[in-house]
Amino acid sequence: MTAVLTGPQRATRRRRTLLVLGVLTLAVVAAYLTVDVTGSWGYALQQRGRRLAAMAVVAVAVAVSTVLFQTVTNNRILTPEIMGFDRLFVLIQTVGVFVLGAATVTTTDPRLRFAVEVVVLIGFGAVLYRSLFGRTERDVYVLVLLGVVLGSTFTSLTLLVSRLIDPNEFLTLQDLLFASFTSVDRQMLALSAVLVALVTLGVWRLLPRLDVVALGRDTAVGLGVEHRRVVDRALLAVAVLVAVATALVGPITFLGLLVANLARQLLGTHRHAWVLPGAALLAVLALAGGQLVLEQLFGFNSSLSVMVNFVGGIVFIALLIREPRQ
Amino acid sequence: MIEIESVSKSYGGVRVLDDVSLTIPTGGITSLIGANGAGKSTLLSVASRLLPADSGRVRVDGMDVATTPGPVLARRLAVLRQENAMSVRLTVRELVAFGRFPHSGGRLTREDSRQVDEALAWFELGPLADRHLDQLSGGQRQRAYVAMVMCQGTDHVLLDEPLNNLDMRHAVQMMRMLRGMADELERTVVLVVHDVNVASCYSDRIVAMREGQLVAEGPTSELMTPELLRKVFDVEVEVHELAGRRIGVPWS
Ligand SMILES: Nc1ncnc2c1ncn2[C@@H]1O[C@H](COP(=O)(O)OP(=O)(O)OP(=O)(O)O)[C@@H](O)[C@H]1O
Ligand SMILES: [Mg+2]
Repeated sequence: MTAVLTGPQRATRRRRTLLVLGVLTLAVVAAYLTVDVTGSWGYALQQRGRRLAAMAVVAVAVAVSTVLFQTVTNNRILTPEIMGFDRLFVLIQTVGVFVLGAATVTTTDPRLRFAVEVVVLIGFGAVLYRSLFGRTERDVYVLVLLGVVLGSTFTSLTLLVSRLIDPNEFLTLQDLLFASFTSVDRQMLALSAVLVALVTLGVWRLLPRLDVVALGRDTAVGLGVEHRRVVDRALLAVAVLVAVATALVGPITFLGLLVANLARQLLGTHRHAWVLPGAALLAVLALAGGQLVLEQLFGFNSSLSVMVNFVGGIVFIALLIREPRQ
Repeated sequence: MIEIESVSKSYGGVRVLDDVSLTIPTGGITSLIGANGAGKSTLLSVASRLLPADSGRVRVDGMDVATTPGPVLARRLAVLRQENAMSVRLTVRELVAFGRFPHSGGRLTREDSRQVDEALAWFELGPLADRHLDQLSGGQRQRAYVAMVMCQGTDHVLLDEPLNNLDMRHAVQMMRMLRGMADELERTVVLVVHDVNVASCYSDRIVAMREGQLVAEGPTSELMTPELLRKVFDVEVEVHELAGRRIGVPWS
């Protein structure tokens, strides 16, 4: 805080931080794959490898979507999950089963089903952005409140619709909704990995412009960035990534908030070329490390999202309290 | 050259710009004066396509600002807003380097870095270059923002109250620099100023606004009169000739 570092010193420190994160992640990944294997190594590695792959896909999706969302909305507290994106996705899935019947839903090509769900989510994202984050600045507290209201509305609607569903069909729905890292469908995983990779690659070309968009709309326009276009593309990416993450493991509300802010803090920059990899590594660390600790120390299997939300929730409240009131 | 053709803008039924037409010739400094709320910032925002007009249009060197691609326009015209709060934490050098974005696309060439260093030196920001903006005083921060805009190296520069928070020395330096840009590089500078004497001493032309309309425009010497100033600001101002300059003294 007191000592002023020069630009090159900061860059060195950033590189080092990212390197440390990378090494830590590798270590946790290795530990997760090998610790306490009983019986067949081949089987254990295959099982754990798949779980790990699911975590990595979710981690990247959540990290990238949160950072992008915060950039285009110019704030560091709101995330797609806090604004209710993930719970809307669950609602869409539920309504899908209700309207079409479980048989139709499970027999449709998952790619088609997913595409339809994502399109609906994109529509919601566009409406939300236009109405809330348009020209006028809004109080972040109002937005948080709105997110809470939207989120619980979606949850209640989901509950309502699932009550109306035939009990047998409901089982299918539960399989769809309450996926966890331990029960990820292989086909779905492959599809998700490809999608996340494609979206991340697509976003990569936007990064310099996103750095400018983070300065605020007027400054960005003044510097010649086609603000609207960049924001639209970023939101598109956000919708796809949130859908992927939610479809794979269900809502983990505060993971994105946690890793995006931590990455910016640790790396001391808002530049996307640094923050995105940093946040993604942190997310892998949180998920794989958390799962490792839970499985090995406590013998739990699926309460990771509870843990992440607990820690993330505390950070969220801390950020809200620190945020200067406009 | 900046051509503003019958531009109007309303906020919730209230007309803030009322059919404003104005041509700002190439080269030279034009000062925009007027009371608080007269519509100066709004006009500047419309002229620099930060704000869409309800009707009318603005052309910069013949290019319509509403339809010209952003990157093209950003190499011709730079704008400083009145307020410049940012939600990200930047060092002074990082901020100023963003001024090169229209040319570099985010990847600074050696020439870009040279211009950044030059701008930092010009605004005496060298020793502060690696500090974060939130660790600066108001005037230092203002200089950093102006340095970013200057770094854009455009032929047209629109500045909304660039002298905000500046001490006397830095204010004079900034005006001299703008004068130099206008005289030697034939650049077109438009600025909003509240000190009519700055407008009088440094600008070639004055544009006076009141309640969203143009009151008068023309060469500085013709507009620096007690009558006009009274009309624009609703205060009695004596205008004295001092060492060949017209100086307004309001509290008489
Ligand atoms: N976003 C807005 N919504 C509603 N009214 C606005 C908005 N922005 C500006 N106004 C109104 O438009 C009028 C002109 O504002 P503008 O900012 O252009 O004034 P100005 O001449 O720059 O004043 P100042 O010298 O105080 O900077 C004012 O009456 C102001 O209240
Ligand atoms: Mg103003």
